[in-house]
Amino acid sequence: MSLEPRGITTRKAVGALLRKELLLERRVPQVLPAMALFSITTFVVFRFALDATSVEGDTASGVLWVTLLFAAMLGAGRLYVADHEEGGIDALLLAPVDRTALLISKAVTFLVFLVLVEVVALPAFVILLLGPGLSPGDIAALALVLLMADVGIAVIGTLFGALAIQTRARDLILPLMALPLLVPVIISAAKASAPLLAATGADSLPGRYLALLGLYDLVFGLLAYAVFDYLFDD
Amino acid sequence: MDAAAPAIELDGLRRRYGHRLALDGVTLTLAAGQTLVVFGPNGAGKSTLLRVLATLLRPTDGVVRILGEALPERAWIVRGHLGLLTHEPLLYGDLSARENLRFHARLRGVPLQRVDDLLAEVKLERRADEPVHTYSRGMLQRTAACRAVLHDPALLLLDEPRANLDPGAIELLEPLVGRQSGRSRVVTSHDPAAGLAEADLVLGLKDGRTAFLAAPDELTPGAITDLYRT
Repeated sequence: MSLEPRGITTRKAVGALLRKELLLERRVPQVLPAMALFSITTFVVFRFALDATSVEGDTASGVLWVTLLFAAMLGAGRLYVADHEEGGIDALLLAPVDRTALLISKAVTFLVFLVLVEVVALPAFVILLLGPGLSPGDIAALALVLLMADVGIAVIGTLFGALAIQTRARDLILPLMALPLLVPVIISAAKASAPLLAATGADSLPGRYLALLGLYDLVFGLLAYAVFDYLFDD
Repeated sequence: MDAAAPAIELDGLRRRYGHRLALDGVTLTLAAGQTLVVFGPNGAGKSTLLRVLATLLRPTDGVVRILGEALPERAWIVRGHLGLLTHEPLLYGDLSARENLRFHARLRGVPLQRVDDLLAEVKLERRADEPVHTYSRGMLQRTAACRAVLHDPALLLLDEPRANLDPGAIELLEPLVGRQSGRSRVVTSHDPAAGLAEADLVLGLKDGRTAFLAAPDELTPGAITDLYRT
């Protein structure tokens, strides 16, 4: 007779892990304040560096996405720090749960962080830099673009954050590996956002770039699912 | 679990880190319910052995069976029946003992009442809601012991479990991680007399190889001390 399996479903494991992630961030906020402060500071710098009281269209979109991309890198770098520094990774790996639960919980945590930062950063961007006002329709469309890009950023950040945390040069490794892979997301998101941030406003949703973002999310989501298990094998 | 299955079976276990052989041909069998005490100087391979048994490292070569299940193939099943207590408490410093243990209970499907029972058993209820980074080393070790036995594991892997503990704390932990627990155990130690007293089988490691493997009554504390000198 073989040993009795003792485990919980992946859904329950994700719930337990998510609860722990959010509790840790609520107890000692480390990721969110750093990302939010970076975003707002960068917008202030852009305002003075561009020597313009307002920007619109392609420039506005570029400023927004470059800022959000680097704020995201800051967050991805901190995603596994508590687990790594306090030995929690070993404790997680010892639990009889599917490691996919760790991937999902980290990616969802990162996605929540990105959305919360954008809730702060976007109004700051509009106040500090954006010339044209945003109609409710533009805001809804921009929220959709942000969310679709955030999913891709969260998946890549979670995947390469896990890889980088196991190296000594993790602050170098993470951007070195993640940034080139995020270029298609940022280009698509910037292209999709530009008409929404233009003075003339957008006529319709930029469907081609949204489709690209959706495809990217799907492909890298599946890739992360396939390889994540092996990242923690010695 | 097969009632007759040994707790641990190793046959020619090797573990390599790059070109360095950390474990070289370790072979032993530990019967269920018995205690294996491992001695060896720093770098002898004790921690590597514990990590292989804990499924955290894959064996490079050789056969490893834990509770009758082969590693690494059946690691996911074995993990539900293992408890690991190392120098690192594997706890989140910003969470309280209760929060840490509840997290692990949820992750293993253990009723939350078990957390409160264990905290009471190790006399930590009064400070159970304070962040563990405010705890003394002994309190951390008591919380970590609760984490290790939360799911009532059949096999305990203990890396110097009494280090940093006062006699009172050692007494508190005895029913959880000591011989009294009735579990199969692997204990690393640097204390020959104490180690021999609790062993059913003694393994001496030197440079990853087996220096001796014997019953405790075949060894003296002096013979074990020699392992650290030569």
